[in-house]
Amino acid sequence: MRGMRILQRSYGEYLQSSAMPQRQTRSFHEAFFSINHMFSASYSTASEKGGEETEKINVIFVDKDGEEIHVKVPIGMNILEAAHENDIELEGACEGSLACSTCHVIVMETEYYNKLEEPTDEENDMLDLAFGLTETSRLGCQVIDGVRLAIPSATRNFVVDGFVPNWFTDTKLVYYP
Amino acid sequence: MSRRYLARYLVSRYFSSSVSSRPLHVCIVGSGPAGFYTADKLLKAHEGARIDIIDRLPTPFGLVRSGVAPDHPETKIAINQFSRVAQHERCSFYGNVKLGSDLLLSELRDLYHVVVLAHGAESDKDLGIPGETLSGIYSAREFVWWYNGHPDYSSLKPDLKSSDTAVILGQGNVALDVARILLRPTTELASTDIARHALSALEESSIRKVFLVGRRGPVQAALTAKELREVLGIKNMHIRIKETDLSVTPADEVEMKNSRIRKRIYELLSKAAAAAGTSESDPDQRELHFVFFRQPDRFLESNERKGHVSGVNLEKTILESAGSGKQLAVGTGEFEDLNCSLVLKAIGYKSVPINGLPFDHKKGVVPNVRGRVVSQTLESLSQTEPGLYVCGWLKRGPVGIIATNLYCAEETVGSISEDIEEGVFKSSKEGSKGLMQLLEKREVKKVDYSGWEKIDAKEKQMGTERNKPREKLVTWEDLLAAAAAN
Repeated sequence: MRGMRILQRSYGEYLQSSAMPQRQTRSFHEAFFSINHMFSASYSTASEKGGEETEKINVIFVDKDGEEIHVKVPIGMNILEAAHENDIELEGACEGSLACSTCHVIVMETEYYNKLEEPTDEENDMLDLAFGLTETSRLGCQVIDGVRLAIPSATRNFVVDGFVPNWFTDTKLVYYP
Repeated sequence: MSRRYLARYLVSRYFSSSVSSRPLHVCIVGSGPAGFYTADKLLKAHEGARIDIIDRLPTPFGLVRSGVAPDHPETKIAINQFSRVAQHERCSFYGNVKLGSDLLLSELRDLYHVVVLAHGAESDKDLGIPGETLSGIYSAREFVWWYNGHPDYSSLKPDLKSSDTAVILGQGNVALDVARILLRPTTELASTDIARHALSALEESSIRKVFLVGRRGPVQAALTAKELREVLGIKNMHIRIKETDLSVTPADEVEMKNSRIRKRIYELLSKAAAAAGTSESDPDQRELHFVFFRQPDRFLESNERKGHVSGVNLEKTILESAGSGKQLAVGTGEFEDLNCSLVLKAIGYKSVPINGLPFDHKKGVVPNVRGRVVSQTLESLSQTEPGLYVCGWLKRGPVGIIATNLYCAEETVGSISEDIEEGVFKSSKEGSKGLMQLLEKREVKKVDYSGWEKIDAKEKQMGTERNKPREKLVTWEDLLAAAAAN
């Protein structure tokens, strides 16, 4: 199921306006890195229209060009699976076995990051090696929203040429390099 | 501002799609992670890309097959993605094709618009100390290729029976890999894809003590947390770390503050040192000793077996600041001997230069700017070779993990894409067709992907007979025969 794409401001501007912690604890060769993707997780307990019981959460992926992709993710599905289900390019070299760091994502809002379950030692070991590690980094294959979070409305306004996105329940942006 | 961005975005997408649907003939030399991630990203970025990946081995996947330790099967899962790329309709794999012997770089450049060199590092750093050529001293790479069944090293026959001690120089993950393989109970190794000749040799091995020797301290150790946690958790493997080695300098504190991984490693090592109890007097017990602040001065020759190593003479070191937070090991003039019958040097790989290709011998890489090979540098301005690129260890040096190549490939493919848009590749090239003609003319027995599938199937079938995921074919003859079988 394809999400909705929204063009955003260029990535650099986007970053400046956010309060995202940017501490890079590793330094790599210069020039590699433009960050590739941002991914946003906004979780609400909206059920599907049409009477289906499955609970889904709203997740927004934002890629390196600033494009946003809105997807709905069934609760219990991890972020790596969710990306693949929606044709979003998030590498998963070890297919979720905690043997690589290619599904590295960054949760943009500390508040949301703190609500997630703490990473295990094994996840932290792999995060050690992730490129562009930040304080709110996680491995996508380990992030599953098993907890219902009632999240207040967005405190962020994105306006592109007067277009105001209609995702009032979004809050958290997770970014994946 | 946003309108301009939108306009630029749409124009670049339109432009690149119309340009990229013309055939772009690409040859990637090397089928490890660097080669495959480059192919993957090129296929996605350019509809017109037609890619041939060549490798001198009959089997693909580079170090994922020949470097990753047998007891780390999850790390090999990346092969699934690489296989999908190799089977893509616009991609082909050809093994047993060697650049330099079967064809020249200049011939490849004539046939293809884009040539990406991703053949890694097949040699080793040297210590340059006396006695380095004594028998019983190997590079870790040779030992790893031996137990992983690389066809160039299946007859290595390392001597594992002359004493109970092996010394490993270096404390990175490769050092830990070889230590683990030397010390793990062979009953555990028997159900992995370790090469049969290695399993047999290890079953008869008398090695029970392994010393991992590092020039600097625990804060500088190059190993990573997952690997350390793993050895600390192996049953019946006794870890020995001197508490005195764990004292930290102010510069160490700064290093740990700036690096989450250094801090976590140090904490793990401290915990391990504290937990290491008194040794039981079981002669068969396996011991892994972490030795810090020692650098090898020379190798000692055995009196009983001339030409064979009997130990390493080590000089104690202290750390000195070298500016910008870096600390270097400096000899103190105090020496001690460590006796052993096997030495493995795990101090780093080194790339092998290719004829006709510029090479920086100091860094061990092909000089490049964001993956574009530099032909010459005049007054600090680099002139790059059109159509010639590098990716992976040949580009960055032999550091990093499989995933590092993801970003490396993205950068190289980014440069290729820019060059496509600049119209660098206007002339028509023969591509695959030309390669096939050339290889046929030279009677090269190339192994295509279906040939690899036959090798794969045979190995898996032999593996099921022995409760292993696969039983590797370890000689050139066997590999080529399996690939050609009906």
